[in-house]
Amino acid sequence: MFTKRLLSLNLAAVAALAVLSAVSLSVGVADFQWRKLLEFSDDLQLMWVSRLPRTLAVVLTGASMAVAGMIMQILMRNRFVEPSMVGASQSAALGLLLMALFVPSAALMVKMSVSALAALAGMLVFMALIRRLPPSAQLMVPLVGIIFGGIIESATLFLAYENDMLQMLSVWQQGDFSGVLLGRYELLWLTGILALAAYLIADQLTILGLGETVSVNLGLNYRTVLWAGLVIVALITSLVVVTVGNIPFIGLVVPNIISRLMGDRLRQSLPAVALTGAALVLLCDIAGRLIVYPFEIPVSTVFGVLGTVLFLWLLLRKPAHAV
Amino acid sequence: MPSENRSEWLGGGAKPLWAAFALLVVCCVLFLTLNVRGDWQFVLTLRLTKLAALLLAAYAVSVSTVLFQTLTNNPILTPSILGFDSLYIFLQTLMVFALGGIGYTALPPLGKFGFEVLMMLGGSLLLFYTLMKQGGRDLTRMILIGVVFGIFFRSISALLQRMIDPEEFIAAQANMFASFNTLNTDLVGIGLAVAALSAVALARERHRLDVLLLGRSQAVNLGIAYSRLSLRLLLWVAVLVAVSTAVVGPVSFFGLLTAALANYFSPTVRHAVRLPTAFCIGGILLIGGQTLFEHLLGMQGVLSAVVEFAGGFVFLYLIFRKKR
Repeated sequence: MFTKRLLSLNLAAVAALAVLSAVSLSVGVADFQWRKLLEFSDDLQLMWVSRLPRTLAVVLTGASMAVAGMIMQILMRNRFVEPSMVGASQSAALGLLLMALFVPSAALMVKMSVSALAALAGMLVFMALIRRLPPSAQLMVPLVGIIFGGIIESATLFLAYENDMLQMLSVWQQGDFSGVLLGRYELLWLTGILALAAYLIADQLTILGLGETVSVNLGLNYRTVLWAGLVIVALITSLVVVTVGNIPFIGLVVPNIISRLMGDRLRQSLPAVALTGAALVLLCDIAGRLIVYPFEIPVSTVFGVLGTVLFLWLLLRKPAHAV
Repeated sequence: MPSENRSEWLGGGAKPLWAAFALLVVCCVLFLTLNVRGDWQFVLTLRLTKLAALLLAAYAVSVSTVLFQTLTNNPILTPSILGFDSLYIFLQTLMVFALGGIGYTALPPLGKFGFEVLMMLGGSLLLFYTLMKQGGRDLTRMILIGVVFGIFFRSISALLQRMIDPEEFIAAQANMFASFNTLNTDLVGIGLAVAALSAVALARERHRLDVLLLGRSQAVNLGIAYSRLSLRLLLWVAVLVAVSTAVVGPVSFFGLLTAALANYFSPTVRHAVRLPTAFCIGGILLIGGQTLFEHLLGMQGVLSAVVEFAGGFVFLYLIFRKKR
């Protein structure tokens, strides 16, 4: 029964993603017709250089951010956290800004790594901070997280303002796929690999979610798995921030919806989380392209509305038995 | 601003208030006179307008925050944390979106502001009662819902702003993005009148406000018309939030910072002392800060970032202190 439901859910998500991808490939300002693809015309060029990379970038971002949010929620044992609510996204942007200030000539990979380290540091500081909260204060964690992220953000904003880098900063803070072209998004494939890595250690993460005592009892190397999870989240976050910019709330709402439908066994639910995340972000990206056609609205703006509505719904509904 | 010269108003120990007031006057004088080069008359006129706007903002933000904390009986809640500022920005954006930028700027300022305040009242009441109904007992849930509502209003404003024709948007932009540097001085006149009205009204309410601090049941026992009084207070809060957001734009933690400092320094919880103290502290922060950054350090846009930063820390401190 359960596997049947699982299968149908995943199939539905795959179908939605396929339809949305087809729409995404055919929507844009330039003229494009599917049948001309076979004639080796400009349309093929357009598809190969702009449309396909953009669609792939959206899918990779949506999927990996949703997975990162799910891991975060399992690690912190709290349903209301995601990378931008534990200071990770904001710290990643701060790391990038510091690199741009002090070592502007560094290679992209070096900047990336520093940004990932900053995201990791941000998360660790946050975790140290909330350790002082009683475990019953579930909703305190996201609240403190939002304020914590805001503090880091205002420090970053101050630095950027003083050094005339506000524009650069807004590129990282506002997720947007309009600049994605062939050769400018390939880093995102790494997020796909990281999401797969998370799938490989899915069972260990699930056990970790039962708490430290239980997982040590079951013979799990608690620390190693915890660090592995944190590193995956930090890397995914910083990769997304550096290539397309931050898109808050994906990692919050998608795992919540999937968990309610199919529980927290990651080995089963991670694929659905990834597919749903990709489909939702793709939907918002297409909407952003169509609302004020021929102009574009950044995906973070569109998703901000959808994500906060879903989040409010999660908060306002009757508390579930296991929140 | 209730000018206090009748000592029986104040009860004992209003020394910190006078100290704060003196410091505020010093800040104002410095703000007006530092680094004046060239034509004194021109510079003074310009700076006086700015000073009036900043004082107005300090008054509106600090008084609305203290009132709100009295109303909710909670030293952590502020209107802006619960999304009132973002609501105002959203209502403004909605008006520009509906009327077009040109139509929007053509409206008479007084009528426009009156209409905005009315909308704000309705919106605030709705928001407040939603929050109270949802999380009246669960404070954290209520704050979180408020914060997310704030983010939601900001997101939807951003979305609407993208949908407004760019040419028209520019016309409305000046009104929509105020900050400590780019003050919206057209509204200072109206704002000052509103502030004066609120000061008179609140001065008459001051004893009732003190009674409210005892909690709802005590206040009702002592003969306070609780619902009517809360409604009146919420009305003033909404009006003052509208004034401050219109003049300086949204401020997330400035109110929390002034209220927390006022609660710390004020020797008594009585509103006759606490409200003016909060106002003076708010004025010192804004005008002193602006003097420091603008005239001495030559860094213009820093004040709001610094206030945000400090306010965020104060918020976290209050939360963690409460939990222990």
